[in-house]
Amino acid sequence: MPESPHIGVLALQGAFDVHARRLADLGATTTLVRKPAQLDALDALVIPGGESTTFLKHLERAGFYAALGAFVHTKPVFGTCAGCILLAKEVTNPPQKSFGVLDIAVERNAYGRQNESAILTADTALPGGPLEMVFIRAPRITRVGPSVEVLATREATGHGASSPTLVRQGRLLAATFHPELTADTRVHQLFLDIVRNATHP
Amino acid sequence: MELNNGNGTSNSNGAGLRLKTGLAEMLKGGVIMDVMSVAQSRIAEEAGAVAVMALERVPAMIRAEGGVARMASPKLIKEIMAASTIPVMAKARIGHFAEAQVLQSLGVDFIDESEVLTPADETYHIDKHAFTTPFVCGARNLGEALRRIAEGAAMIRTKGEPGTGDVVHAVQHMRQIVREIKALTVLGDEELYNAAKVHGAPYELVRMVAKAGKLPVPNFSAGGIATPADASLMMQLGAETIFVGSGIFMKEGAIPLDVEDNAEERAEAVSRARAIVLATLHYDDPKIVAEASEAVIGSMKGLAAAAIEEKDLMQTRGW
Repeated sequence: MPESPHIGVLALQGAFDVHARRLADLGATTTLVRKPAQLDALDALVIPGGESTTFLKHLERAGFYAALGAFVHTKPVFGTCAGCILLAKEVTNPPQKSFGVLDIAVERNAYGRQNESAILTADTALPGGPLEMVFIRAPRITRVGPSVEVLATREATGHGASSPTLVRQGRLLAATFHPELTADTRVHQLFLDIVRNATHP
Repeated sequence: MELNNGNGTSNSNGAGLRLKTGLAEMLKGGVIMDVMSVAQSRIAEEAGAVAVMALERVPAMIRAEGGVARMASPKLIKEIMAASTIPVMAKARIGHFAEAQVLQSLGVDFIDESEVLTPADETYHIDKHAFTTPFVCGARNLGEALRRIAEGAAMIRTKGEPGTGDVVHAVQHMRQIVREIKALTVLGDEELYNAAKVHGAPYELVRMVAKAGKLPVPNFSAGGIATPADASLMMQLGAETIFVGSGIFMKEGAIPLDVEDNAEERAEAVSRARAIVLATLHYDDPKIVAEASEAVIGSMKGLAAAAIEEKDLMQTRGW
């Protein structure tokens, strides 16, 4: 097993560049993934933010959906925003297809449009103090299953009750915000630790 | 929990600008499509567009019909917003900050201060820092791009020549900006002051581009992109996302395809939308661009940009 984990960033569309740069800065070898065959060589995958409807359209082609489905059922995966939606067991507003591997329910565009996008700072279970969270047309996690650990939470606002924003279920990590758009590297570091533990058990 | 003005108009700590360019990041690697109706916006979303631009007439129609081109009606914009789960953009006239205020109050996700519409101010663009809604602006060269960024634009798109289906000026503008950025990266510190003067752009932004080798905001491409191969070409030249205006929903004679009542014309629009989305993702794989090109039914006839008189160009609007 190589010292530096090989992490793919799904690059169908969206914020793949910033994730890849962050992972490389933290010592990972990265590949931008646009075709299903590229998954074979990877230890882990990041599914970035973007438009989940666009991702699903691209995944319809060339057996990509099935290949990615197999990957997310066995390897470490980190989904942010649209990526979190693809991993969820249940998606609403509107309901759409997802891999259903992470035991959460997610509501798309739950806080409204871009004018309701926000940068918030809140306490987190991660060591090192409060965490800055960038929400962009963000989804909301409306239910978490018993095997899901909540690592950060967004407080109740005019847009509804408090809700988890960073969750972990074993080798799966998901955020409704964009850790790649802040200077804080803790969330990506946590994912790298998950990957190292999974590849060196 | 502390709110860091992410939602306010202040840009004192840059949170507002981070949210604006953050949304632009989410749109990278995709296709943004002009739509004139709810039916068209549904086709765009189903084809995999990352956003739609709601407008009453696409550039090819504005060009053919003439008259003053203004912001779309709020009713149309609201209908399209209600029917879409992807971001919705809308255009304001250059300098028309009241149209932009209306668009912000409607809650559009991005405002395009666009040369496609008839300019409202011959000297000043909109002060885009004064808005929470992010702006995209057109540019033909680096100086123009940096002036727009100084005014608060969170995304730049090369202008091309809208409504033509002729990619030649989109290519020219992208090459120009990329060339000028490369040239800055080899200059010494003392040369950057003069570069700022030459480009007519703020020194701090010129310095930032010289150090980073790229614009401080995403750089997309627009204006005349009509085919899957056009999209591939612009992505290979450095575009980070593609805007397609008249290339999807128009037929001969600047008339829109009837996507509501005519199944054949609907199929034509769907085929073009899907093909451009596929070619934009796999822009560096000619086999897939070929497959996308083959799947396209019909095409926009287009208007050679070289045949347009100087006074009729849209790209020269903006200063």
